[in-house]
Amino acid sequence: MFKIIKRQEMAEGTVVLNEIEAPLIARKAKPGQFVILKATETGERIPLTMADTDPGKGTITIIYMVVGKSTAIFRDLKVGDSFMDVIGPLGAPTHLDKVGKVICVGGGTGVAVLHPITRGLKEVGNDVTSIIGSRNKGLLILEDEMKSASTRLHVCTDDGSYGHHGFVTDILKETLEKEDIKLVVGIGPVPMMKAVCNMTKEYKVKTLVSLNPIMIDGTGMCGGCRVSVGGETKFACVDGPEFDGHKVDFDELMLRLRAYTIEEKESYDEYCNLQKA
Amino acid sequence: MTDKKVKKEKVARQPMPEQEPAVRAKNFEEVPLGQSLETAILEASRCIQCKKPGCVEGCPVGVDIPGFIKFIQEGKISNAISKIWEKNSLPAVCGRVCPQEMQCEGKCIVGKKGDPVAIGNLERFAADYERKNKTAAKPKKAAATGKKVAVVGSGPSGLTVASDLILKGHEVTVFEAFHKPGGVLVYGIPEFRLPKDIVFAEVAGLEALGARVECNAVIGRTLTLDELFEKGYDAIYLGVGAGLPTFLNIPGENFTGVFSANEYLTRSNLMKAYLFPEYDTPIIKGKNVITLGAGNVAMDSARTALRLGAETSRIVYRRSRAEVPARGAEVHHAEEEGVEFFFLTSPVKFSGDENGRLSGMTGLKMELGEPDASGRRRPVPIEGSEFDLECDLAIIAVGAGPNPLLTKSTEGLELNKWGYIVADEENGKTTKKGVWAGGDIVTGSATVILAMGAGRQAADSMHQYLTLGW
Ligand SMILES: Cc1cc2nc3c(=O)[nH]c(=O)nc-3n(C[C@H](O)[C@H](O)[C@H](O)COP(=O)(O)OP(=O)(O)OC[C@H]3O[C@@H](n4cnc5c(N)ncnc54)[C@H](O)[C@@H]3O)c2cc1C
Ligand SMILES: Cc1cc2nc3c(=O)[nH]c(=O)nc-3n(C[C@H](O)[C@H](O)[C@H](O)COP(=O)(O)OP(=O)(O)OC[C@H]3O[C@@H](n4cnc5c(N)ncnc54)[C@H](O)[C@@H]3O)c2cc1C
Ligand code: SF4
Ligand code: SF4
Ligand code: FES
Repeated sequence: MFKIIKRQEMAEGTVVLNEIEAPLIARKAKPGQFVILKATETGERIPLTMADTDPGKGTITIIYMVVGKSTAIFRDLKVGDSFMDVIGPLGAPTHLDKVGKVICVGGGTGVAVLHPITRGLKEVGNDVTSIIGSRNKGLLILEDEMKSASTRLHVCTDDGSYGHHGFVTDILKETLEKEDIKLVVGIGPVPMMKAVCNMTKEYKVKTLVSLNPIMIDGTGMCGGCRVSVGGETKFACVDGPEFDGHKVDFDELMLRLRAYTIEEKESYDEYCNLQKA
Repeated sequence: MTDKKVKKEKVARQPMPEQEPAVRAKNFEEVPLGQSLETAILEASRCIQCKKPGCVEGCPVGVDIPGFIKFIQEGKISNAISKIWEKNSLPAVCGRVCPQEMQCEGKCIVGKKGDPVAIGNLERFAADYERKNKTAAKPKKAAATGKKVAVVGSGPSGLTVASDLILKGHEVTVFEAFHKPGGVLVYGIPEFRLPKDIVFAEVAGLEALGARVECNAVIGRTLTLDELFEKGYDAIYLGVGAGLPTFLNIPGENFTGVFSANEYLTRSNLMKAYLFPEYDTPIIKGKNVITLGAGNVAMDSARTALRLGAETSRIVYRRSRAEVPARGAEVHHAEEEGVEFFFLTSPVKFSGDENGRLSGMTGLKMELGEPDASGRRRPVPIEGSEFDLECDLAIIAVGAGPNPLLTKSTEGLELNKWGYIVADEENGKTTKKGVWAGGDIVTGSATVILAMGAGRQAADSMHQYLTLGW
């Protein structure tokens, strides 16, 4: 059992942070890696990136958006409750090389995934411009953390309630125009990553994205997480989750993410009704 | 006297009672219902107690078949199970899943002129009887040696090593990547063929003997082999199976609705998607289902699809009926339940709709050509014979390979050109000191009993090492 020792709500309760006791994983985890969690006996195995780790304390931190039944069950766990199963660290760690000027772009809960990578890129000596965005001010997460992890931070909101009024890609374009950027890391909803990649392609700047296909085992044995990268089939759980964004078939990924839409809704509605009753 | 003998030969092979095909094709309960003590004794009476029994030669672990059958003849079931345990620690599993017609029963003398003695059914009977009545004396545990053993993977191979070595007095920990132990027995083989309670009872028995089972431990990630040695383990057994799915590499394979058998069966068995929404993991319930391949994995997939509500469940296989590698009983059961077979048919491509969902498959007819190196006649395509089959779910069950996750992160472990671990055939020793391997990760996908046999050999060798040295 993996005990929750801290719980915090963010983004008006739509996003939850849990710090969990998992000493073996905490000791091994590197930026970019993820864990698979299962809350109960009947639960699903859900992949989530480690937003932070504390090897000394033996804990890992996850930050997730509540989107369906499984993440709703996670949300309803309290401090002192436990996840039944936590497996990891999984996936290939990010290559944290010193390349010069770097831009980190994050949208939604993608910012949680982006944060340890941003910090790592700055730590090895890069000049890091970060651009994070959300629909409105209330939904923004990890602003302070991203500020200290980066050399400079830009914030965007779709409705203009805070920071730049518009999309992260607006600031991205400005920065690409002005500076000699060596690497872009873009993590967020699939349409955002696709937009970022389309833009950086024009400027011929290498771009890393972190893909989030549906997974089961996370160890390369089911092939459910397969994605097309440069015309080849890759397993995101072992070959990724990070890939060269210019080679990723985002349209296929979007379609594959919808595989269980009907079942997920059935399951979520039932859970919500049960909670209300 | 003579009268009795004549009568004895006349006893026909006792049929195994089964759920009706039409009923069972809609539920996940076990298909064969098990035998009564009376019919088991009757069946046992068909064995003529050969002096040089062919059946034993046919069993990869050399179970003393006449020996245990004699005890059943005499109604001494506890003695029968103790006899089986001498060579086989998972008889409830093997009685159900061994390809008996190619092994023990295939070599039974009675089978030369009729049906062979139902050795598998009798083995299963003895094991089930013991699980219910618990009458046999459990094997004794030797005095503690103070040595620590790590077993990686909790499939039949790993479980055999763990059980052998704990009985020899060593401290044993089994590390399993999944959240439940059992390997293929739990994630692959469906409930209707092997109830999971049987596997969990075996694991519980192992734990009762003092073995520790650590799930959620992906060796190579959570801990490496070298770290296990640093933690004080004296010897390590690798029984990680051949869990890498093979795809066909044909167009359209990434449409939603095309699964590897590993994913499809793991969702249904391990994650219990067949009980959705009581269990949270969803599965696509196809209306028209195609399974590619014709081994046990394919039969399990096609029959699972029927139970999840498919209107048609079809098996498409490149070769002819004669080459079907699945157990005879599985093919027979699948046909009875309504699975259709398309032999000498090769998949060419999948097609999908505008939402990226699978809508059909194009197949190509084959004919048998000249014999190849193995003496089998090679299927060759018939030009212009393409045809379309409607399907909204396709399950690819054309084999599996070695997962590189562990082997790549381990130095000093020699692999062959396909990525399987190189291990001594006699004793399972790998090229890395203190590390043994066996089962599917050495041989490629094989059988439960072969994986167990490899485990037994390695356990003997590990015991020698732990008491005498490498
Ligand atoms: C390697 C990896 C790392 C991830 N890291 C994080 C993270 O740090 N924080 C976070 O909030 N989420 C992360 N995700 C996504 C997260 O796993 C999904 O949001 C979660 O599985 C949804 O489960 P659910 O049962 O609550 O919702 P479901 O009922 O399964 O789905 C609800 C909605 O979410 C969509 N969805 C389903 N699965 C995914 C998925 N894998 N990715 C995106 N959308 C999905 C569905 O299409 C549906 O519309 C990660 C995914 C992967 C593969
Ligand atoms: C669907 C299906 C049906 C079958 N039907 C039959 C049948 O009827 N009769 C028959 O004789 N054989 C059958 N087989 C074959 C048989 O199941 C296998 O040959 C046998 O299970 C191999 O045993 P094993 O112990 O080598 O590996 P497995 O049973 O594959 O077990 C390996 C275990 O190791 C774990 N593991 C892998 N990597 C790691 C890691 N890095 N760290 C920790 N743990 C790890 C895996 O999760 C798994 O639990 C079938 C196979 C399948 C897939
Ligand atoms: S272990 Fe398998 S092959 Fe051996 S006797 Fe039992 S059923 Fe037959
Ligand atoms: S070969 Fe058949 S008849 Fe002879 S001992 Fe074996 S089971 Fe009995
Ligand atoms: S999640 Fe199963 S192979 Fe990646």
